[in-house]
Amino acid sequence: MVRERYAGDDMEDRAFRAAATVCDPEIPVLTIVDLGVLRSISVSEEGRVEATITPTYSGCPAMALIAFEVETALLKAGFPEVEVKTALAPAWTTDWMTEEGKDKLRAYGIAPPVGKAGRGALFGHDTVTCPRCSSTDTERISEFGSTACKAFYRCRSCAEPFDYFKCI
Amino acid sequence: MTNPLCDYTLRLADTCVILGQRLSEWCGHGPILEEDIALSNIALDLIGQARMLYAHAAEVEGQGRDEDQLAFLRDCPDFKNILMVEQPNGDFAKTIARQFLFSAFMHPYWAALMTSQDETLAAIAAKAEKEAAYHVRHCAEWVIRLGDGTEESHKRMRNALDELWDYTGELFEKDALEAGLIERGIAVDPETIRTDWDDTVDAVLTRATLDRPSDRYMQTGGREGLHSEHLGHILSEMQFLQRAYPGGTW
Repeated sequence: MVRERYAGDDMEDRAFRAAATVCDPEIPVLTIVDLGVLRSISVSEEGRVEATITPTYSGCPAMALIAFEVETALLKAGFPEVEVKTALAPAWTTDWMTEEGKDKLRAYGIAPPVGKAGRGALFGHDTVTCPRCSSTDTERISEFGSTACKAFYRCRSCAEPFDYFKCI
Repeated sequence: MTNPLCDYTLRLADTCVILGQRLSEWCGHGPILEEDIALSNIALDLIGQARMLYAHAAEVEGQGRDEDQLAFLRDCPDFKNILMVEQPNGDFAKTIARQFLFSAFMHPYWAALMTSQDETLAAIAAKAEKEAAYHVRHCAEWVIRLGDGTEESHKRMRNALDELWDYTGELFEKDALEAGLIERGIAVDPETIRTDWDDTVDAVLTRATLDRPSDRYMQTGGREGLHSEHLGHILSEMQFLQRAYPGGTW
């Protein structure tokens, strides 16, 4: 995330830590910092906080709730005035997901995005590792899983079905 | 007083929202659970794209309308979506064929719009391009599976392509309004992506053992608000709540 730093940064650290407690409502093991959804936070001299978030997918239904929860977390942390803005550019990419976030996803049973976001070829698949048994002998069941950001896979070794966080 | 940027953005928004609404009719009716989820997810992407476009159109228009008013309080002749997206879903083959022909066009279209001189359109396009990449891949696989499947599935996919081909000509049309915006580097000239579309369609149909339908008389009129009889029925369902209970929220 992009931090706007200047003297008197303590307030911003505090605001950042408060906003960073907010989790994705659909993948509750990931914070919005792990996901790269929280883009910036700044605190004015009067203590007014401006937090900027970015949607993962255009139609992501979690955005309204995330904005609400960021606002609530900052108000609870004692900031009197909070504004949560949404930025579309630059477009969110799975490249912004932290390594810690990827580990948490795996532990939760979701395969993290493989490699860097690139232009997907019309034919051909990523090699996805099973989050349970670590086998790479997996097959894609559907390009779309339980949410827009995930695809549905099955492990041929341990036979478990699992979600894969798509690389975009 | 018309505003070309507002009108252009509305065309894109209308196309996305109508196809999103159409596809969402599959929710709970998909042939298999995975496909039910996939079609609903594609619908969600389209509605998300439409929301961003409507919000932008509303801001450019500057008349105090918002995204909801643009989507729910305009009537058929005001909608400027292309005719393909308002066609009934038909069977699964027809829905997939429509989504394939459309996404194979929109993917390069969004990619080109990413360099628009209008910053917001470029930002929306950057998000939509990633989503469209998945839509075209997903549908291409189904076109192949059905085309190169059983005698029955091949026949259904062939019929679907035949029925929908009449609506592909409109994808590549541009009128004076778009020409003006293309000149200013804001809109995409559809001619520049024709080869891309042809290549994708031909590659997939070949793998699917399907013949490309021959070009013929093409249906058109969406840009002028001249629609098939199907649009009114979509709007009557989509807009019902705001028409029956104006200003209703929850």
